[in-house]
Amino acid sequence: MLDVLTGFVGELRQAGLPVSLTESLDAAEALHHVPLEDREALKYALGATLVKSSAHWKAFETAFEVYFSMRGPQFEIDDGVATDQALEPDRQQGAGAPSGGGGGEPLSDEELAEMLYRALLAANDAQVAALARQAVSRYAGMEPGRPVGGTYYLYRTLRNLDLDRLLDRMLAAVRSDAPEGHLTALEERLARDELSERLDRLRKEIEDEIRRRLVADRGTEALARSLRKPLPEDIDFMHATRDELTALRRAIHPLTRKLAVRLARKRRHGRKGPLDFRSTMRHSLSTGGVPVDPKFRYPRPARPEIFVIADVSGSVAAFARFTLHLVYAISSQFSKVRSFVFIDGIDEVTRFFEGVDDVGEAVHRINTEADVVWVDGHSDYGHALGVFWERWGEEITSRTSVLLLGDARNNYHASQAWVLSEIRHRARHVYWLNPEPHSYWGSGDSIVGEYAVYCDEVFECRNLRQLEQFVSELA
Amino acid sequence: MSDVSEAQPPGPLGFPDPGPARFSSVPEVRERLAATGYLADEGIAGVVHLADRLAKPVLVEGPAGTGKTELAKAVARATSSRLIRLQCYEGLDESKALYEWNYKKQLLRIQAQRVVEQDGDGAAPRDLEPSSWHDLEDDIFSEEFLLARPLLEAIRATDPVVLLVDEVDRVELETEALLLEVLSEYQVSIPELGTVRAERVPLVFLTSNNTRELSEALKRRCLYLHLDYPTLEREREIVKTRVPAISDELADQVARIVRSLRTMELKKYPSVSETLDWARTLVVLGVESIDAEQAKSTLHVLLKYRSDLERAAKELSAEEPSKGR
Repeated sequence: MLDVLTGFVGELRQAGLPVSLTESLDAAEALHHVPLEDREALKYALGATLVKSSAHWKAFETAFEVYFSMRGPQFEIDDGVATDQALEPDRQQGAGAPSGGGGGEPLSDEELAEMLYRALLAANDAQVAALARQAVSRYAGMEPGRPVGGTYYLYRTLRNLDLDRLLDRMLAAVRSDAPEGHLTALEERLARDELSERLDRLRKEIEDEIRRRLVADRGTEALARSLRKPLPEDIDFMHATRDELTALRRAIHPLTRKLAVRLARKRRHGRKGPLDFRSTMRHSLSTGGVPVDPKFRYPRPARPEIFVIADVSGSVAAFARFTLHLVYAISSQFSKVRSFVFIDGIDEVTRFFEGVDDVGEAVHRINTEADVVWVDGHSDYGHALGVFWERWGEEITSRTSVLLLGDARNNYHASQAWVLSEIRHRARHVYWLNPEPHSYWGSGDSIVGEYAVYCDEVFECRNLRQLEQFVSELA
Repeated sequence: MSDVSEAQPPGPLGFPDPGPARFSSVPEVRERLAATGYLADEGIAGVVHLADRLAKPVLVEGPAGTGKTELAKAVARATSSRLIRLQCYEGLDESKALYEWNYKKQLLRIQAQRVVEQDGDGAAPRDLEPSSWHDLEDDIFSEEFLLARPLLEAIRATDPVVLLVDEVDRVELETEALLLEVLSEYQVSIPELGTVRAERVPLVFLTSNNTRELSEALKRRCLYLHLDYPTLEREREIVKTRVPAISDELADQVARIVRSLRTMELKKYPSVSETLDWARTLVVLGVESIDAEQAKSTLHVLLKYRSDLERAAKELSAEEPSKGR
């Protein structure tokens, strides 16, 4: 057991979780107090001692599944033909299960689909799990030693099960069960959510099964390595999948709140201003005119004005969205925030954020309503900057910080870098945030180097962690 | 730190001795918590059990209104212990969290001493002699003049106690350090007095709303429990336990609607306490089963942002949900 634990802790560290020595000692101690055969209890014991942040729970879960999936009688791998015991009784009475001969024969595809449908509708978890196992062994076509990832098998299995149609069928069944033959919109919505969740559980069941088989095939460590996923704050903006983007969107709200609290605190505490003579004298009255307790003025640091100029062309749109979201969420820390978006044309979008309490909504409106295309809808930094200078250049003052967001991939147009040099003369700071990894800068049509000479600094900003750090230093 | 050397002998496993067990098994934890009206799931019960066995504090984190503080209270009730609560806030310091010298009483004591000496030989007040000064110092820095604040009180208690450090994320990073000695050694060092050690290790719960990252040092000393929104089944049970007047059908509907709301993209999701408020509202209004209209007109109990309300109302009455699977 100790070996497994050390391996497991090692894996967690590899995945980026900070697990200290004392924590792994705690985990070892905790193992004394939980029944080892109870997988859930084991999981919670390890989770409570090793994982100290909810953002890391998912990574922990994946690693746990890989390391401890093989250790339990109910998770033994059965191969295709042998039908699970759990299925037997239902099969006898199942619609059109004519085999009759003691269950030695394999189910047909239709029977399997039918049974899955019934099990899901009745929310029979044990049976759904058993059927998921069946489906994997039937459709995934797993062969030992084949060098493909779990997602490939998952895709194959799900394609054969056709979950969308299953959902529609179940909805239809629920609908016809309703007393008046149809559901109200609310009931419809509830039923749909309920069934979708059951399907999600089925999907997870299938994933687990595939993972178990992969572990059996390749060994724990190799698989753990290939399943390692980045933590939410490390997800790369430019290559995030749709699911990851959803996770990011969910992560950004608590993050902005955290950031706002921290910044407000920073403003109130810390530095002390010069002696406040009036206040000191006033308070000295209570000690008979002896100034025992000197009072200081609160520093009132100037709130910077922010101009955000963001490239919202396809490749970097997600990055621009998150940055705008973050900047506006803490806009109380700035005296004024104005934002401009461009592809090859440029448009001011400050108005979308005015009087809106849902920043996400405003960001969404930018995508649909801003006038950012000039000729062909390919990024043209030169033209956008030129127009910006012409129309809004005058409004930059010595209190303004200018943020430029983009990868500076200019499709070989003219860079018009002189605009930046002019902006820099007027503005307090000019920063460039680039969502590309540092090593790609200046390759191909990226001309970030040309602009960089006129910026105070250029930052690599590939994930939430880096973005958060930059924004907190800005305020 | 006067007598760290004579620290208690480590237990058989190199850990401080947790004392007699409060719970014998995980199912028992669940049962006894349920008896006090708190429905724990497997994870919660498991962590409480471990906290008891390992003599470690539990750091409970999670969205607001998921029953973090309630858990500590329920454990106190279940173990029939006294609940000592330290509410954290910005600017909390040693004298509010640990202990303070009752200096007014100390002053009185010194003055009383002078009066005694005056009466003794009838002379004018004079400076104290070195030896009596020493006695006096020993005297005024004794337990009698100590004002125990929650942390010290929990350590000194001879009856069973549960210590709740509420919203620990509100104190500054530096103040967290105050907690460390108490949490890992269950002792408080008072320079003038020596070290006060717990006779019986209390169960400690810290709650955090996650408005900032807690320090590694603090996290390392704790077991971590993330309290998330409950599953459909558990929420339904919670509603039924806490709002006994509700019908089974209505409880089920309430839980299902709240679950649907939590799948939408809202600024703030309805918490368990808000679910309960909603259930009570519906019972008071005499609603038997909810339709879309009633749901819409009472949603403000659940949702606290205008944009959230609008979105939820729109999605709940839309024929086809706008977000695809």
